[in-house]
Amino acid sequence: MIGQTFKMAWSAIASNKMRSFLTMLGIIIGVIAIVVLVSLVGGATSSITGEIEDVSANALSVTISDDKGHPLTLSDIQALERQDDSFGQVAPLGTTVGTIKKNVINETAQVNGTTAAYADIHNLKLGSGRFLKTADVENGSSVAVLNANASHKLFGTLNSVGNRFSLDGQSFLVVGVLEDSEDITTAVMGDNPALYIPFTVESRMAKQPYVTSFSVSPSTDDSIDEAEDALNKYMLQRFRGDADAFSVLNQSVFLDTIDTVTSTMTLLLGGIAAISLIVGGIGIMNIMLVSVTERTREIGIRKAIGASRSSILVQFLIEALVLCLIGCGIGLLGSWALLELIGVIAGDMLAVDMSAGVVGLAVGFSIAIGVVFGINPANKASKLQPIQALRYE
Amino acid sequence: MNKKHEKIESDVPKTDDMIELRDVSKIYSMGGEKIHALDHANLRIKRGEYVSIIGPSGSGKSTLMNIIGCLDIADEGIYLLDGLEIKQYSEKELAKIRNQKIGFIFQGFNLLPKLTAEANVELPMIYQGIPVAERKEKVAVALERVNLTKRMQHKPTELSGGQQQRVAIARALATSPALILADEPTGNLDSKTSAEIMKLFDELHKNGNTIVLITHDDSVAAHAKRLVRILDGCVQEVPA
Repeated sequence: MIGQTFKMAWSAIASNKMRSFLTMLGIIIGVIAIVVLVSLVGGATSSITGEIEDVSANALSVTISDDKGHPLTLSDIQALERQDDSFGQVAPLGTTVGTIKKNVINETAQVNGTTAAYADIHNLKLGSGRFLKTADVENGSSVAVLNANASHKLFGTLNSVGNRFSLDGQSFLVVGVLEDSEDITTAVMGDNPALYIPFTVESRMAKQPYVTSFSVSPSTDDSIDEAEDALNKYMLQRFRGDADAFSVLNQSVFLDTIDTVTSTMTLLLGGIAAISLIVGGIGIMNIMLVSVTERTREIGIRKAIGASRSSILVQFLIEALVLCLIGCGIGLLGSWALLELIGVIAGDMLAVDMSAGVVGLAVGFSIAIGVVFGINPANKASKLQPIQALRYE
Repeated sequence: MNKKHEKIESDVPKTDDMIELRDVSKIYSMGGEKIHALDHANLRIKRGEYVSIIGPSGSGKSTLMNIIGCLDIADEGIYLLDGLEIKQYSEKELAKIRNQKIGFIFQGFNLLPKLTAEANVELPMIYQGIPVAERKEKVAVALERVNLTKRMQHKPTELSGGQQQRVAIARALATSPALILADEPTGNLDSKTSAEIMKLFDELHKNGNTIVLITHDDSVAAHAKRLVRILDGCVQEVPA
């Protein structure tokens, strides 16, 4: 009898193509709404979080505005590491602007003077070669680590390790090139040529022998607040209690903000998912209610010629299931196609994440709604006396 | 499953009466007023009888048929079908009765509009669980009897009123039911086709089927062996 009911259900679906199509359309739209929206927001959230985690490091940045006659030297900075257990690594940062030249190419670049620890503290990723070594700093070697932009501009390639170029008239050897990445830093600060040279070399160029800015990483991921306190104490001591002479920026504060942002985004995601579920669900519910209610007369006829209530219910259950499954299938295909299209248009800027979880949610939900609202009116109609159902307009 | 089947088929009836209505009433509330579509109707129809019911519109004849055909339930009174009170049948058993025992021909045809004539006639047999080959055969026979073989692939919208009526008749007869209830079966038919249909009913009656017919046409009513008049919900026998 099930086989027969299946054929009847299928015949009912096939014999009213418009109604079946509209019912499926409700489900298709519901599924697409849920899958696409949740995937987009989910992808956006995870790509933003990922990039920010990549770029920001757990570190303290110190800037000195007034050295109070007690300026910090490179050796002071290097000694700082041993000052407190919560300090990890320390690296100075001296910045100036220079002209880099290779043959006919002439560019203005940001010159960062620092030490080997800088790369670790700030999570710099090398594409090729190496970062600065302590020996480079001690010897004042004319070596440089270029960022991807600088390498491109000077040599037309990222593979420039081993080549020479001129910085403000002085010949430098490229020992490393940073990874070419489009990330938050480049997006925010612009993609300009920059290079890292030994602090000793830069301070000579800029004629600034003292350290006006440096960064400290905590010894462990959790000790950053401890490190901040210890650093503040040290600096106050050094600068005779004048808290305005310097500023300590705890980058983990930045991370906390990011956490807040991602939590908000996740809430947003949840909200959008909920709304799309409701919208999709209402669409499915409406079409099911309407299309089944309009078949009350048909149910009356079937009852009059001898269909039992269970035959009617099984038939309508199968119809609802078949329509929901086909609708889900088309909806998922449509979602996938739409997400691919968005991926192509938006490029790397937008990650899309069509996870199994979202798919499961959309399919499960759509089928549940479709079946409940498909069966319910059929159930009501089948409870009527045949003549009552037959009179239904 | 078998037990319920037995209840209908092999129950030895206590009486000759296939149909017995005792003080059956059907009451509708319309705007605070109570209207008796059927008012304490009493009727007994024996197995194998051929009865026609005649009455003006609004007299309650369709209501009466609906109750006899298990399409509706009386508000008051008792309906005994084959000696058993209808109230004692379960929903499944009633469905089986409608399916196997009763063939109902509606005044408004009540065909499924999206199915072909063939599929419409076939439907009760699908619910009976009859296998495909046997079904197709019975459908062919039924449609042949009403002269509609040529149009069997057509949908109701593609058929004239008379043709639809014949499909409805074929559907009711295809299952060879013991009780045939017909509401104005020749209402939309021309005189030639009417005559053929009435001949068909005569044959069925000869074969022992019980037939109850509603009509307003005296010549049609005359085919029946017994005439029952109904007026304002009250049933009156007309002496044979």
